[in-house]
Amino acid sequence: MEIGGNGHGALSPITPEVMRQLDFSEGQTIEAMRGANRRPIPDPDRWLTEEIQKSVLVTSLDSLVNWGRRSSLWPMNFGLACCAIEMICAAVSRFDIARFGMELFRASPRQADLMIVAGTVTWKMAPALRRIYDQMPEPKWVAAMGSCAICGGTFAQGYSVVPGVSRIVPVDVYIPGCPPRPDALIYGLMMLHKKIAKDSIARQARVG
Amino acid sequence: MTRDLSPFELAPLVQRELPSAAVSPTTPALMVEPGSLLAVARLLQESPTLKLDYLVSVTGVDYLDYLEVVYHLASIALNHRVVLKVQLPRGDKPTVPSLTSLWRGADLQEREVYDLMGVYFEGHPNLKRVFLWEGFVGHPLRKDFLY
Repeated sequence: MEIGGNGHGALSPITPEVMRQLDFSEGQTIEAMRGANRRPIPDPDRWLTEEIQKSVLVTSLDSLVNWGRRSSLWPMNFGLACCAIEMICAAVSRFDIARFGMELFRASPRQADLMIVAGTVTWKMAPALRRIYDQMPEPKWVAAMGSCAICGGTFAQGYSVVPGVSRIVPVDVYIPGCPPRPDALIYGLMMLHKKIAKDSIARQARVG
Repeated sequence: MTRDLSPFELAPLVQRELPSAAVSPTTPALMVEPGSLLAVARLLQESPTLKLDYLVSVTGVDYLDYLEVVYHLASIALNHRVVLKVQLPRGDKPTVPSLTSLWRGADLQEREVYDLMGVYFEGHPNLKRVFLWEGFVGHPLRKDFLY
């Protein structure tokens, strides 16, 4: 449902009835997500060990493409909790992920390659997170930063917290810590760079 | 330094102005019956010697035998503060009158207490969940909430 819109370009007033409908549909979306995502989505890393038939041409093209992709990995501006502070620290001059071509935190998912889920994900946030992930163009990667994003952390048994962001989106790299220091975040991103370096265009064409 | 008004001095003052009000002083706070909360709160706000013009916080507490709603009031003009407490039986639908007509700041805080403690605020203009989503079953900060 479009907020305040009537489909003809003009804005209709948001009446209490419209608000009630919005609340109701939001609640339904969240409950549906809670019911559907009982198990984590498998990590997209099985291909790392599988044999890929490579020709010399594809391999050298792969290495060029992967070099380009991992050398300008633009993250989504997506901080949820205290981990976001460490993520910000990783971006500023002391740690400076600009050294790896990652300094551009994009405010739009359309321009981002990497979503760093920095913090606790609540069920109320989950539909928004999934939507942002769906809006990111392929190829895209997800980093789960901190205990909360990995498994729910201290709140794993709670009524409102998603026990691990892998319930909602496939996660490429897990960065443990509570919160992880910027060094740990950068180490995790280096691991992601290595993972991207092993990818191949042929595999991506086969997958999707 | 902000001065804490003694509930033992405050109670007779309230009784003099509102003879029907059910208030009783205790050491930290002035206990008020739910029925007379709105009248007492209006008196505290409007009285020229008290002028409690600012609602600092609304809190819900679960004491297993009963629920309690705590109001911290402060006067910016006269630099003093008062604590009001309302005890509610743990019934089907514990209800207190809403103070949104006196302090607009009570709006979100009362919604929060409703959302997490299940206290209903009568007369609230928009009493619905604020943190959790519509369709969530139960009130999670209650001691008897099981997940």
